[in-house]
Amino acid sequence: MLSTKHLLGIKDLTREDLELIFQTADQFKEVINRPIKKVPSLRDITIANVFFENSTRTKLSFELAEKRLSADVINFSSSGSSVKKGETLLDTVNNILSMKVDMIVMRHSSPGAPHFLAKHIDATILNAGDGTHEHPTQAILDSYSIREKLGEVEGKKVVIVGDILHSRVALSNIFALQKLGAEVMVCGPHTLIPKYIKDLGVIVEHDLKKALQWCDVANMLRIQMERQLVKNFPSVREYSQNFGLNKEILESLDKEIVVMHPGPINRGVEITSDVADAENAIILDQVENGVATRMAALYLLAGKS
Amino acid sequence: MAKVSILHSQLLDITISRLSQQLIENHGDFSNTVIIGLQQGGIILSDRIRQRIFELSNITVPVGQLDITFHRDDFRRGDNILTPSKTDIPFLIEDMNVILIDDVVFTGRSIRSALDAMMAFGRPSKVELLCLVDRKYSRDLPIEPTYVGKVVNSIQSQYITAEWKEEGHEEDTLWLINQ
Repeated sequence: MLSTKHLLGIKDLTREDLELIFQTADQFKEVINRPIKKVPSLRDITIANVFFENSTRTKLSFELAEKRLSADVINFSSSGSSVKKGETLLDTVNNILSMKVDMIVMRHSSPGAPHFLAKHIDATILNAGDGTHEHPTQAILDSYSIREKLGEVEGKKVVIVGDILHSRVALSNIFALQKLGAEVMVCGPHTLIPKYIKDLGVIVEHDLKKALQWCDVANMLRIQMERQLVKNFPSVREYSQNFGLNKEILESLDKEIVVMHPGPINRGVEITSDVADAENAIILDQVENGVATRMAALYLLAGKS
Repeated sequence: MAKVSILHSQLLDITISRLSQQLIENHGDFSNTVIIGLQQGGIILSDRIRQRIFELSNITVPVGQLDITFHRDDFRRGDNILTPSKTDIPFLIEDMNVILIDDVVFTGRSIRSALDAMMAFGRPSKVELLCLVDRKYSRDLPIEPTYVGKVVNSIQSQYITAEWKEEGHEEDTLWLINQ
């Protein structure tokens, strides 16, 4: 049984919670590889996917997970909605809840928005990304993918490369990996590494080659063009030259490392095409595992509500 | 808490032999038959049945494992969430004869869930149910096993538990327990 009613962030979860989600996801992974990929577990549950910020893959992944659990699903996106007419977050969500919705999957550009909602409504909340704060299900699927590829997360060395400053994926990953016993390093330009990051117990490195030599797994984050309000590096080309992963760098290492990317990839920026499509890149496994781990999280939270 | 042994080592062994003989009589060379053991009680029993059929007729019957957690009708009704076990069905069941195996049939709800879960793997030609113990007169659903090791009359407050050598017990025993 999970220790929490909501999935707001990895910070609130215990290691036991993460391991329970993984064990349950193992069984859902078997389910989604069957000829009939659906089970009736959540047939009496209605879930609203409330996305105040654009999303393609996370929304698709959640929707597929919900449908494969037989939940009823409604979708809400803020563009062209009542939000644009001035309605508050709480009023919008309360209107949705009046339609007898049991769970809310929410993405919002403001950090803490799902935490605010969780204090004011009865439905179970799943955070699908809140601003630059947390993206818990991405971290769960990332850790799950490492566990699947390397057998366990405990003792592994993981470097997160790129825009740490604007990345909710990085923060949630740091919490999840540390809870599971991995060592975490962050690597990127000085301008994209927040000053507080060392307080979280991570190693900071600005030389990509040294970082790759240290790690077992490299998680290459997407450069978030939409969040680069001020220029944090001179040009995309320069970023790519210093922090982009290509076959040449990988082959110069004296070991093989696992390459991850939360997507969508800017091919040729964070990683080159030949690296993205290489055997040790588990980017598409991450996508598949996203559905299984989200099914597990929804299933376990529905049992708790 | 009083415990009564309802099947113990030697008798259990004879029962498994009899059940295996019945399967051989009805399924011949098992060319179109597979066995599916239900998690968790039916797994050891289905392995024993497979082994006994091999000893008696030199035929290896394919055996799979089916977990019914995601198909149960009591999800979110208990205090604890139901944690799933492994499902492993490494063969097609389309147009096959399937023998479902469970240790105890009680209300019939698990078997209902099992039938539902099994259908996700295809449409079998025929399905039979084998159980070691049939708790007669306690059915909630109209489900009857095809092969029964022992019929036991029991009341709601009683339950049956199995101890197997495979789980580290000294002897195989099925207990009827009064709470």
